[in-house]
Amino acid sequence: MKAPTSAEQGGAAWLFLTPALALIGLFFFLPVAASFLLSFTDFDIYAIADLANVRLVGLRNYTRLLESPIFWVALKNTFYFVLVGGPLTMAVSLGAALLVNAKLVRFKSLFRTLYFAPFITTLVAVAIVWRYLYHRQYGLVNYALGTVGIHPIDWLGDPHWAMPAIILLAVWKNFGYNMLIFIAGLQAIPEELYEAAYLDGAGPWRRFRHVTLPMLGPTLLFVSLITMIGFFQLFAEPYVMTQGGPLRSTTSLVLLMYEEGFRWWRMGYAAAVTFVLFVVILIFMLLQRRLRQGEAT
Amino acid sequence: MKVRLGVVALYLALIIGALLSLGPMLWMLAASFMPTGEANTYPPRLLPSAPTLEHYRDLFTRLSLGRNLLNSAIVALTVTGLSLLINSMAGYALAKLRFRFRDRLFRGLSTGLLLPVQVSMLPLFLMFKELGLINTYWGVIVPSLASIFGIFLIRQYTLALPDDLLDAARIDGASELRIYWSVALPVIRPILATIAIWTFLTTWNDFMWPLIVLSDESKYTLPVALANLSGEHVQDTELMMAGAVITVLPVMLAFLFLQRYYIQGVMAGSVKG
Repeated sequence: MKAPTSAEQGGAAWLFLTPALALIGLFFFLPVAASFLLSFTDFDIYAIADLANVRLVGLRNYTRLLESPIFWVALKNTFYFVLVGGPLTMAVSLGAALLVNAKLVRFKSLFRTLYFAPFITTLVAVAIVWRYLYHRQYGLVNYALGTVGIHPIDWLGDPHWAMPAIILLAVWKNFGYNMLIFIAGLQAIPEELYEAAYLDGAGPWRRFRHVTLPMLGPTLLFVSLITMIGFFQLFAEPYVMTQGGPLRSTTSLVLLMYEEGFRWWRMGYAAAVTFVLFVVILIFMLLQRRLRQGEAT
Repeated sequence: MKVRLGVVALYLALIIGALLSLGPMLWMLAASFMPTGEANTYPPRLLPSAPTLEHYRDLFTRLSLGRNLLNSAIVALTVTGLSLLINSMAGYALAKLRFRFRDRLFRGLSTGLLLPVQVSMLPLFLMFKELGLINTYWGVIVPSLASIFGIFLIRQYTLALPDDLLDAARIDGASELRIYWSVALPVIRPILATIAIWTFLTTWNDFMWPLIVLSDESKYTLPVALANLSGEHVQDTELMMAGAVITVLPVMLAFLFLQRYYIQGVMAGSVKG
């Protein structure tokens, strides 16, 4: 007897795929497409009451966006968070991975688990915890800084310090995940490469620079890509800790979208914000890809 | 001598790192047991002078956070169970069944990975309003039921399943459904375990969509309830810390018991990229 033909498999395949495709199509791709249309309308609270109130307005949402100072501030803040927080997270992750993976260390899996723990915590809960840690007068952060003679910083109340404070929280929360991926990458580097470099008289720094980093290259690019895409979607930290303040210094694109769309119900305008976010992420990914191809050639 | 100094420095760095990564959570735990006002003293206290459970009692009685704990559990467990079934069926089909448009479908789905989920939220809200799903559990659950990322992970893992095994079952006359259920699923159990934990944790921790879709305090999941509470009780540090403990503890426990699957999954899955 022969195994059934692929026609029968085809029928089964579509049966298996239907629930997932229906859900993804209806509740993800369709709304994404609708969002694009929405961004060319003046959909607002009157439209929610009665759909007859919706009008096409062409590019007006986009032109208003470009004229809005708050939009530019949110864009700048988002880039600040991504371009400072992203690399910082990568550096801390790599440092932690090297430490945990060091040959002389025992209890590797214990340290690995301890370092990974912040990643699985609930962001809203730890954002609230850090809000108190950052308290100007009673917070542990300023107390610790005080012991080495640094004057108290008004972390969340000072427009210059609020974003760095959120970045520190994000680094703490996220480095464990990247660390795991780096450890896996480090373990895949053949030991002979280090031995050869050692015999050639390379010290620890040069071994890191000429063996570890190049061998880790693809992993580094992949991890930085997923980290930064995640960071572009900054929302809960400012929502819980600063409400986007002080003086809008922590308003991100997604927070702006939430406020415009779900607080003021200017949904057409908010949809335009999400498309700017999408285009920004897309450009970023294309740049990254170009970098990767440059690396390969 | 030099080596030993190096080892001491290494462990010192590791321990300082561990304190930094656990410190905020340990303080959260300690502060949750402090009598009202004790967390706002100078110099900051690290341990409660007289440990008390009053904040936990307050949260579960006066503020009925137990209701939100239950909501979170219902939502996270439903999503985990259903999405495991839905994603594994799709991932298996993409990996092991031959049909037209398979590669095109795969490529089409992968474009979805480029789209930030926030792009879908505004129309999804309007759609759910029409469907009567606003302020319901299903409103929170439905968008998480199928995940492109989950499907791809399962597909990737299932590719390694030998075709001979499946064909042998076909020759024995097993239906495709039976083959998926009795032959494929048992073999891909490790990746299912990883994805189950992953799904549970992300659903439990999810904030933005539940915040948008739920309007009734009795329907809030824990993160939404906590964010709401922190607006009203910003001065009650100890109470908020107890609330944070209640929110974080279930995921922590789930992680500690199942970390073997989870950590291995992250390390194996992502290296392949």
